Amino acid sequence: MAIDWFPLWLSLRVAALSTFFSLLLGLWLAYILANREFRGKEAVDAAATLPLVLPPTVLGYYLLVILGRESALGRLYESVVGHPLVFTWQAAVVAATVHAFPLLVKTARAALESVDRSYEKAARTLGASEWRVFWRVTLPLARRSIFAAAVLAFARSLGDFGATLMVAGNIPGKTQTAAIAIYDAVESGNTLLARTLVLIISAGAMAIVYGANRLEHRRVRP
Amino acid sequence: MIQARIAKKYPPGKESPGFALDLEIRASAGITVLFGPSGAGKTLTLEAIAGFVRPDSGRILLDDVILFDAASQVNVPPRRRHCGYVFQNYALFPHMTLRQNLLFAADRLRRLERHRRAGEMLERFQLAAVAGRRPHEVSGGEKQRCSIARALIGEPRLLLLDEPARGLDAPLRSSLYTLLRQVRADFDIPILLVTHDLDEAFALGDNMLVIQDGRVVQSGPPRRVLDEPASADVARLLGVANLFQAEITALDPGRNTSRLNTGAFELAAPYLPGHFRGDRVWVSVRAEDLRVHRRDGVLPPNSFPAELVRIQERSQAVRLEFSGELFADVPREEFERQKDNQEWLVEIPPHALRII
Repeated sequence: MAIDWFPLWLSLRVAALSTFFSLLLGLWLAYILANREFRGKEAVDAAATLPLVLPPTVLGYYLLVILGRESALGRLYESVVGHPLVFTWQAAVVAATVHAFPLLVKTARAALESVDRSYEKAARTLGASEWRVFWRVTLPLARRSIFAAAVLAFARSLGDFGATLMVAGNIPGKTQTAAIAIYDAVESGNTLLARTLVLIISAGAMAIVYGANRLEHRRVRP
Repeated sequence: MIQARIAKKYPPGKESPGFALDLEIRASAGITVLFGPSGAGKTLTLEAIAGFVRPDSGRILLDDVILFDAASQVNVPPRRRHCGYVFQNYALFPHMTLRQNLLFAADRLRRLERHRRAGEMLERFQLAAVAGRRPHEVSGGEKQRCSIARALIGEPRLLLLDEPARGLDAPLRSSLYTLLRQVRADFDIPILLVTHDLDEAFALGDNMLVIQDGRVVQSGPPRRVLDEPASADVARLLGVANLFQAEITALDPGRNTSRLNTGAFELAAPYLPGHFRGDRVWVSVRAEDLRVHRRDGVLPPNSFPAELVRIQERSQAVRLEFSGELFADVPREEFERQKDNQEWLVEIPPHALRII
């Protein structure tokens, strides 16, 4: 029996895109949390951490409510794109992003805050704008930890099951990611497919985490 | 020309006693030293001028530009203040080469001009040979020079130096002083230098502000400040070892003499204009001006027997501590000649007395 590689390929695509969006969203939020002082800052931080600790089904339920065909956001998306967001592979990207970005916010905030403030101060006295300070000084100095965090976010979005299942469904050849395909294969007794996917994903995850650890623990020069 | 009036209060916290900065600074081209003990508010003053710390009230004026004015709510951000700042830890960007550090700072200039300026500064600060290296690959002196060059490349209107000699050994220190004197000659801008090293203040300062507990307690050329400390506190900060209170018991303008009584001993001094008999004054004598003798019969004027309590070796001299908190710095040969003295006489030459 030939193995259907589509779920694996879809998972990679979804994980890559959601890592990209997590980086955008996570860096932006981390920058705000690390640099601005405002009321309820720690509450925002807590809310951003929530997806990390909530059961994936709860997360999926929230997403369904926010993005469903009846919701304002869902209708807006439908009127712009022409078809509903839910039960498409794009919805899987949204689910994986929400699932993974808290990891990035946490790490990126810590990384940005650990950059010695005197470098940023020095850059400001030299006439640099906040934008330039961030891109030329702070980010390069925090890049190792942020890159490691992005790798972990990638691994985490690769493995999302519950939230994806709820908002994107399990449509073979359309929204069936590797994690869901494994569940499906086990249910229908297709042990060959299940075993192959499990092995590939385990090996991939191992390599990713190992690489990320090596990156983070490499000696950072002062 | 920088003129600043800065007030900033930090209320006492659980573990800190609280701090209030309230001072006024005026400095024109040349090096003005902010001298004072740690925690006096020197660095805070620089940070307020650079714009990192917002004063509660006051006004900061650089040339004709208002950088900060509490009354009219003006607060120019650091990047538009044109103040070069040399940090204690140099703060060279670790991920850039020395040349890139300079180029980053010269961003306001056009591309070709930028590279020309960076090359020129590297040459001038003797960094051309190491321009391609990162900060962690060069020596402390090179880092130091690069951070000064970086602060100057954008042609600031004011240069702020926060303890630039901290952590440098003696030879590097003296070459830093030479460099800073060169900078003072080449750039016609005010330079504010924070230090708690008196020798540094003397080596570099055209002017000196003595800062204590967030206030300027005295200002003037270093030599004058040292010769005429405004208060016993300033004298103590400047390292005057002998300070005591005395009452004026006699004043004779005709013979240009006066007499002082400290309670423990009587002293003859020059006439003290502007004082009256019965005034209580602080008398200061530098340890190196005190003389010591072996006691043998006659007492020279202004000398009295004292008991030696402690001997401390110093790099230039030997410091002798006598009973009654008197300190004398005696040259080594002199001490070798006298070290077997059984009884000591301490002499305070009248010209060494300073009345505060």
